[in-house]
Parts: sequence; C-alpha cells; structure tokens
Amino acid sequence: MSLALQDYPNPECFDELIDEHGMPRRIARALFDHLDGFSETDLQERKAAAEAEILSMGITFTVYCENEGSIDRAWPFDIIPRLIRTEEWRSVERGLKQRTRALNLFIDDIYHAQHIVRDGVFPRDLLADSRNFRPECMGIDPPLGVWAHICGTDLVKDKDGRFYVLEDNLRVPSGVSYMLENRLVMKRVLPELFESYAIAPVDDYPAQLRQCLASLAPVSNPQIVVLTPGIYNAAYFEHAYLAQQMGAELVEGNDLVVGRDDCVYMRTIEGLHKVDVVYRRIDDLFLDPEAFNPASVLGVPGLMRAWKKGKVALANAPGAGVADDKVVYTYVPDIIRYYLNEDPILPNVPSYRCVDPEACRYVLDHLDRLVVKPANESGGYGMLIGPTASPEERAEFAERIRRDPRNYMAQPMLTLSTAPTLVDHRAEPRHLDLRPFVLSGRDTYVTNGGLTRVALKKGSTVVNSSQGGGSKDTWIIDGKGA
Amino acid sequence: MAMLSRVAESLYWMSRYLERAENTARMINANANVMLDLPREIRPSWDSLLTITGSEETFATLYSTPGESQVSRFLITEARNPGSIVSSLRAARENARSIRDILQREGWEHINALYLEAMARIPDSESPKRRFAYLDDIIVGVQTIAGLIAGTMSHDEAYEFVRLGCNLERADMTTRILDVRWVDLSPEGKDVTPFENLLWMSVLKSMTAYHMYRRHCQTAVGRDSVVKFLLEDTLFPRSCHFCLRDMLDALDRLPQGSCVREKLVEAIDRVQDEESRRRTELHRFIDDLQIKLGEIHDALSGCYFDVEKSSPRQNRPHCGNG
Repeated sequence: MSLALQDYPNPECFDELIDEHGMPRRIARALFDHLDGFSETDLQERKAAAEAEILSMGITFTVYCENEGSIDRAWPFDIIPRLIRTEEWRSVERGLKQRTRALNLFIDDIYHAQHIVRDGVFPRDLLADSRNFRPECMGIDPPLGVWAHICGTDLVKDKDGRFYVLEDNLRVPSGVSYMLENRLVMKRVLPELFESYAIAPVDDYPAQLRQCLASLAPVSNPQIVVLTPGIYNAAYFEHAYLAQQMGAELVEGNDLVVGRDDCVYMRTIEGLHKVDVVYRRIDDLFLDPEAFNPASVLGVPGLMRAWKKGKVALANAPGAGVADDKVVYTYVPDIIRYYLNEDPILPNVPSYRCVDPEACRYVLDHLDRLVVKPANESGGYGMLIGPTASPEERAEFAERIRRDPRNYMAQPMLTLSTAPTLVDHRAEPRHLDLRPFVLSGRDTYVTNGGLTRVALKKGSTVVNSSQGGGSKDTWIIDGKGA
Repeated sequence: MAMLSRVAESLYWMSRYLERAENTARMINANANVMLDLPREIRPSWDSLLTITGSEETFATLYSTPGESQVSRFLITEARNPGSIVSSLRAARENARSIRDILQREGWEHINALYLEAMARIPDSESPKRRFAYLDDIIVGVQTIAGLIAGTMSHDEAYEFVRLGCNLERADMTTRILDVRWVDLSPEGKDVTPFENLLWMSVLKSMTAYHMYRRHCQTAVGRDSVVKFLLEDTLFPRSCHFCLRDMLDALDRLPQGSCVREKLVEAIDRVQDEESRRRTELHRFIDDLQIKLGEIHDALSGCYFDVEKSSPRQNRPHCGNG
C-alpha cells in the first residue's frame, strides 16, 4: 500500500475517513482503493500537478507584511478529499438554515423594538458593550428584513463524530472561492475519482450568490458590484473571482460616488452609472468615512446615507456583525428557541460566558483546560489555548479576563476531528474544520459542503490560512453509491 | 455596461508595461549583437541604453560604472529600477491582478507565469551566454500574451484600452531609440561610415524591423531611409505612424474621446511632415514628437481615467510613466 495506511496512527479522536480499527470507513473505501493503486511517484506527481495548477491559477493568499508590502503565498492544498455522506449533510444543511434564519430575526429585532431584550432572554448590557452593535442602524429596514445575506459558519467535529457550530461569521466571511477552486484542481488532478463517486457539485455558488444579491434590489436587472479594499487585501483574489463569476463589477471605494440624489454611482469611461446592490467586502467601520472612521480611504463617503434611504442595498448590511460576537454566540440556542420556537438542529460547543461571575470563576480556575476567545476577534487572533499556553501566558490572560469579562468566553478544548493528509509521501492525521456558506435573500441556500481547512502542522488545531493552515476539497457523496 | 475608469486605466498600464518589457528585451539583445560586429572604438556603448530608457540618473545612484554586466542587470532584473524588465513585468502583473475579473483566465495566468519565470531564471539573465535565450523567452512570452489577448478576448472597450497602451508605448520606444542612435551614429570626429549600415541595421533589428524594411524599402540601409521607415511607414506595426493610426482606430470604438483624437491627429500630422523633419535637427524633431505623445497620454487620462474624481487617487503605485 503506497499510502502506508498501516502506519496511520490509530485515531485518538474522530477521523473522517479512518475508523477506530485503522480501516477506511465505508464511504472512503473507493477512495483508498484508488489511492492504493498509486506508486509513490504517482502520488508525488499528482501532488506536484496540484501545486503547479494552483500556482498557475494564481491562487494566492496575501499575507500582509509591513516591511515588504505584500507577499504571495500559494494556498496549501491537500489532494486527499474530505468526504461527508449526503444524509449527514442534509441535516447539517437544515441546521444551518434554521440558525441563519434565527440570527437574521435577531439582528432585525435588535435594531428595532428589541423584544428579545424586553422579554429577558438577551441581556441589555451585552448590547451596550458590543463592539459590533451600530447605533447608526437603529430603525432601518433593509430589503426583505435580511441583514446577514452571506454567512460563513465554522463547524467542527468532536470526539463523538458530531458536528458542532464553532462560530458564525456574519460580517465579511471569506473562503468560498477556495472551495470552488479546490474542486477545479481536484477535477484536473484526480479526474478518475469522479467516476467512482457521485459528488454533489459546488460550482453553482456564484449563480446562487448573484440571485441572492439581485433579490435585494427593486429593479429586475440590477447593477451589482463587489466592493473590495483592493489588491493588497488578503481576500482580494476571492473578491475578483466572485465578481468575475457573477458577472458583477469589481469596484474599489474610489470607483463609487454618492450623488446629490443619494444614489450610488460608479465612475466609468462614459461618466456616472447607477449601482443597485453593493456586495461589500469592507468592514463596517471603513465603509463610509462620513458615518464611521473618517480616516478610511477604502470606503465611499455617503454610502450609509444612500443605504438608509433605501437607494442601494448593502450585503451584508452594516451592523449585522452584532450577531457574530463570540459572546452573543453563546446565546444562539436561546435565540433559535425564542424566534422560531424550535430546538436547535446544530448544537453549539458548550461555552462559558465570563460575564457571568460564576462561569468566570470556573474559567479562571480551569484556564489550563479551556480555550478562551475574545468577543470580537476573528482569524484565531487574541485567543488563549489553555492546555498549550505557558503559565505566564495564562496569568496574563487571566488578568485580561478580570479587566473585561464581557469580552471573553471560554470553551472546553475540543478534540477536533482529523483526516488523512499527505505529508511527504505518507498519509498522516491532521485536524480540520469546515466552513459552509449560507446565502439568505428571497430564498436560502447552503453550499454543498464548504471549505475544509486543515491544520498542516502535526497536532495543531489552528486551521486559519493566516496562521499556516491549508485546505482540502470537500465531497458530499451519496453513501449508497459508494 | 460601461467600463470602470480604474479598470480602463489598469488595462492601459498593463499593456504599456508588457510592451515596455518586450521592447527593452529586444533592445538589449540587438545591442549585444551589434557589439560583436564592430571595432571597439565605434561600438555604441552600453550606457546609451540608459539614455534610451531615460534612466541614467537612477542608474548612477545604484552603480558606479556603466559596463555591460551592470547595465544589463540594471535593465533586466534590478528591482530598484522601476523600468527594468522584471519591474515592468511585475507592474504589468499587479495591474492585471487588479482587473482579473476583466481579463480572461488564461491571460492572467500567462502574465503571472511570465513574471514568475522571469524571477526564477534571474541567474540566466546574468550569464552572457544564456542572456540571449532569457530575453528571447520574455519577448516570446509577451508576444504570446498579446496573441492571446487579440485572439481570445472580445474586441470590446477593454481591448481598445490594451491597444491604446501598447501602441503608445511602442511609438514612444521607437522615438527614443531613433533619438539616441542618431546621436550615437553621428559622433563628432569619428568616421563611422564603413559601419554605418551595420549600425542602422541594428537599429532596425532592435525593433524587429529589418526584414520588413528589406521587403518594403528597396533601398540600402541608410540613415534617412531607416528614420523614414520607422517614423512614417504605414504598414509596419512598430512605426510611429502605424501606432498612432492604430490608436485612432481604437479611439473610434470608444465613447467620447474628442480631445484625445485632436492630439492624435496633431501627432500623426507631425510624423508625416517630412518637410519639417528635413529642416529641423532630428533630435529637436523627436523631442517635439515625444511631447505630443505625452499630451496624448494626458488627454486619455483626462477623458477616461479621471472621471468625476472626488479626491486624488490614493497610492496607486502602478500607474505612472516609470
């Protein structure tokens, strides 16, 4: 066996493809039968082909570095796909739809009557301290009442093999283009496998996204633009890619102007041209120097004014981030019950809110066993991973928690699931997570799978691409056919 | 849908930088070639390439002697020279990257690959033995991209801006080469007559014009006929006249543009004005022509790139005539 599965360590956690006896799971048999036929050279060739493919497509991830401007780094890709059974996925899909529906109702309520606060389900103080709550958005009615149109929800599997929601990304979630490109690379590198499996396609995403965005405009063939901070942004590749795939215009702040009529226009070679929907990939605070950060050069002066007057649709709506705060996260199960009167289909990771004195005491006493997260950071920044941190780091973090308990929540250290990942010429277990994308417009749509991120360092659970993570193609496959 | 001003500008600069990289590569190869044929005392020196590219000052801040290895490194791979081939390819790539949604995928892939390859093979460029092949591959690379763009991209507005950029850069380079070589080839007190043909042949070769010249001009290779061919010829795609005409044609397919047209027509009249060329010193004549090319660029910017600009554009580092 070229892949040397006999050397594959018996999983200490849930492994996506290998069972507790070290044998491929039923769903993965065809995959390993196929890979077993590969010599070491074959394997290296396919891997090299994937790398060449990625480099030539210019799939690069910019890591910002102050001294050298920007660095292009090929996005590491593993050729062994991650497999998920269709039946399992359908239930995840239902759970995601339920969750984003509830979150949108929550955001809309927060910016209107705040019933959930009045009914004592959600504490008022949390709102007052929330960094992503935008008082500017009070009383605004975005089209269809939807605020978070594009949502990237991070899922992990624990020891028990169940999916848990790790966090919701409701501001400007990225990664979907890598999901699309990964599939393209796999089709070019291992086309034979597509014969043995019935794999749910992912490439209708851009069309779905377009439809979702178009449903926000009152006109039938709206002008849609993707607003990017520009080529030095880490996700620029994705902005360009999505614009191109949707047939939308890719614009930077400077390309747009808000007219005296409060409408938004693009500057074109024929003069000004009206814009109906802005898929913005710029954070709230940089969106409009008139309304928020006056020093922002990325945004468009007057954009908020245009949005408030209903002259343009913004996706995601400003202020939607109020619900992707990591402390608000701990309330999502309650939020689902409150608005939908349903039990959550997808569970949260059990969490301790430091704002609750009792929970806070527990967290401070058990820092060596917990993962502590600040409310408003993303990308794995500002976290404490208790079990691997030094006593000094823990002490310092404890101080931070005491100073600002509202800003922290803690979770038990999960044992993230693994999947076989090619390291040199052997398959080794590496931890992974999954980011599906949920679109909410007139209809709701969930991607078939999503972006699987892999922590390429042995034992590491940090999958963020900014911190040395890679990715895999994710296959939703019909279990019966395999 | 009308095209974004910024996109038009990026297409234009992408095209200019690609053309600049190709022209510089041709020029260096032609120079190296003619060197081998001429006696030492009348060889056009390497520093004349600095004059052609207008980069003597930048060079002087980085190197002490303008020898072959220094000049060629400066012009080919020097990152601190914004006009070097590698810098031009990088700028072309950065511009292309900011309009990836406009270029078709292969176009971007080739531009990206060309830059990466030029970077990876830098050691080749420093070996006199392998330099020719290195530069030749860059020329072929740019030609491939040009072919791909012309052959697979819709000839829409985006394409016209590519054409405008390419032709303006080409016309600019042609005038620069003529200008400097004219001075080179009329050195005071030295008799270059026995080699003049050879030198003018190298001028033609640096623009890949030699064969076409032979086919279309039934005269010996002499300075007047070469100058005339490179300025006025209506059929050779690197002659000034041809480039300007092609720009006029591109402009016809774009909205607005009357102010650009005016400048173009002036330049075309100037190029064809053989009378005044004979009366004026060539250097002055070309100087004047270059001013006109600069005005064409300014008119393009004013007409298409700076529409209703509320504030000056912030650090777009890849625009500007390097």
